[in-house]
Amino acid sequence: MEFFLQLVLNGLVVGSIYSLVALGFVVIYKSTSILNFAQGEFLMLGAYVCLAITAGGRVPFLAAFLLTMAFSVVLGLLMERVILRPMIGEPVISVIMVTLGLSSILKAVVQGIWGTDTRPFPAIFPAHPVQIGPLPVSQGYLYSMVSVGVLLVLFSLFFKFSRYGIAMRATAFSQQVALSMGISVKRIFALSWSIAAVVSAVGGILLGGVRGGVDGALAFFGLKVIPVVILGGLDSVLGAIVGGVVMGVLENLSGGYLDPIFGGGVKEVAPFIALVAILTFKPYGLFGKVKIERV
Amino acid sequence: MSMMRCGDFRTTYAEDMAIFDTALARRLLLAFLLALLLLPLVATTYWLDVSNRTLIAVVAAVGLNILTGFTGQISLGNAAFLAVGGYATAALAGKAGLPFPLVIPLAGVVSALVGMVFGIPSLRLKGLYLAMATLAAHFVVEFTVTHWDSMTGGVNGISVPAPHVGGFAFDSDRRLFYLILPITAFLLLFAKNLFRTKVGKAFVAIRDQDISAEVMGVNVYRYKLLSFGVSSFYVGVAGSLMAYQAHIISPENFPITVAIDYLGMIIIGGMGSILGSVLGAIFITLLPEVLRLLSGALADTYPQLVGLLASLKMGVFGLTIVLFLIFEPDGMAARWHTIKNYWKLYPFSY
Repeated sequence: MEFFLQLVLNGLVVGSIYSLVALGFVVIYKSTSILNFAQGEFLMLGAYVCLAITAGGRVPFLAAFLLTMAFSVVLGLLMERVILRPMIGEPVISVIMVTLGLSSILKAVVQGIWGTDTRPFPAIFPAHPVQIGPLPVSQGYLYSMVSVGVLLVLFSLFFKFSRYGIAMRATAFSQQVALSMGISVKRIFALSWSIAAVVSAVGGILLGGVRGGVDGALAFFGLKVIPVVILGGLDSVLGAIVGGVVMGVLENLSGGYLDPIFGGGVKEVAPFIALVAILTFKPYGLFGKVKIERV
Repeated sequence: MSMMRCGDFRTTYAEDMAIFDTALARRLLLAFLLALLLLPLVATTYWLDVSNRTLIAVVAAVGLNILTGFTGQISLGNAAFLAVGGYATAALAGKAGLPFPLVIPLAGVVSALVGMVFGIPSLRLKGLYLAMATLAAHFVVEFTVTHWDSMTGGVNGISVPAPHVGGFAFDSDRRLFYLILPITAFLLLFAKNLFRTKVGKAFVAIRDQDISAEVMGVNVYRYKLLSFGVSSFYVGVAGSLMAYQAHIISPENFPITVAIDYLGMIIIGGMGSILGSVLGAIFITLLPEVLRLLSGALADTYPQLVGLLASLKMGVFGLTIVLFLIFEPDGMAARWHTIKNYWKLYPFSY
């Protein structure tokens, strides 16, 4: 029972970070219909930038965190303006390839500057665990879950009530209608990329804090999030949140119980097996908008 | 006898369907192939290895282009098909001891069958969703290959004997070149001809507008599956040749980045163009070699460059894809045609 609870808890922590990164995915997909395969690299770059600021200049963590956010905003704006805007109206394969190309460039930049070794991340969470019921829980887990929760609530409120949030939803609904209501669709696109870069960077920093180190493996989170967004429905913010938590728990449970049978690696492949099943039976996910088309 | 014609002067359907515009073009291509046959006499072992890898990449790129470029089905699973071809070769040649004229086509067929299974979701899924289904397929195959120890040797890999028939073995890069070149040439000719037939035209119709294709009597589902089959046959043959060339294969030979490399080849070369697949495959395979030579030449002035080679290669690869997509979305093949057309009426073009 304790093993089970421990697995579920691990799943919830990783899942909450999945939710955050998936939110970035969904925001971009909703407003621009682009599936961003470079999301994992945004996450990795955010973690490394934060690490570089804290390690180099003796900057306190909070300041470094805010600087990383500012960096991510600029990164998102730049990517949208330079690389993605020329791709408007191009076929799906071109858009997929451009984000894959982008991911190679970002990976190369990170490797070129910081190398491929794992770098220790500053201890941003207190080390000693707290006792919850029968389980000792590391404080990093709690902090990261709470901060993800707060961020997700903030973003939900932003989409629901703020002027820009409403403009983003209008753009997602119909770009033409949004344009005729005086919304600058270009600005919305730029905003979506910034938001995606920012939430990924937060995810990267939290992961760095929880794992205690950053390396190239962080980029794999970008691919891991794909089953999450498909489960939730590609264009649903709520779906991203629910999907992230469900996938996190699923992969930890299957890893925990099936790894001894298959000799490891189940954790990595389980989300993708789930992905095939979801695509076969419910391609638009739990909360996605169903597009009916028969050929 | 002119190299090219300055316009279209075709008077019969046969002329319109011909692969080569002029007899001279056909003869030049033949001469080029014959010249290639002489390559092993002058090239070093290292460059022979590079040429073999290039030819294998050409086969795989043509295969992927049949599926993605001509039929419009985006596949991120081609590294998995490559792995299936490779491991089928290891089993058929290593365990069963079959000669290569049987092994290579059989490896292609096994890969084609697996490819068709992965193609089943294409009945319901299009575009982005199909890309994700094939991505999932990649990870499933990778997991299987890593964990099916008795068949694949797991993470340690499995060795593949040199291709042999009768008493003769292609056991050096020089001999392998004479095996790989004819296979590549034949598969290229086959692909070129495929798109002059009903099947090939059905593929293109599905890419352009699947609903119209269905209305015109093309069985969309059957042809989509067929496209998956033909494409993964090509990729499987490439995987088989790759296994023969590498002597030992392990899951590390087939990461997801390989699939991205092949997609990069057809994007840079030109989607929906056989010539484009060839150019793109050559470009992407030679890119690291050129970078290596460059960094070697600059090693005296910038010694840190050698250490950065891996990231440099990745960065240049990504940048090339992005730049091509923004400035020349139709790839090198389109650029080649532009250049050719410029010379058509030279120096009297208007």
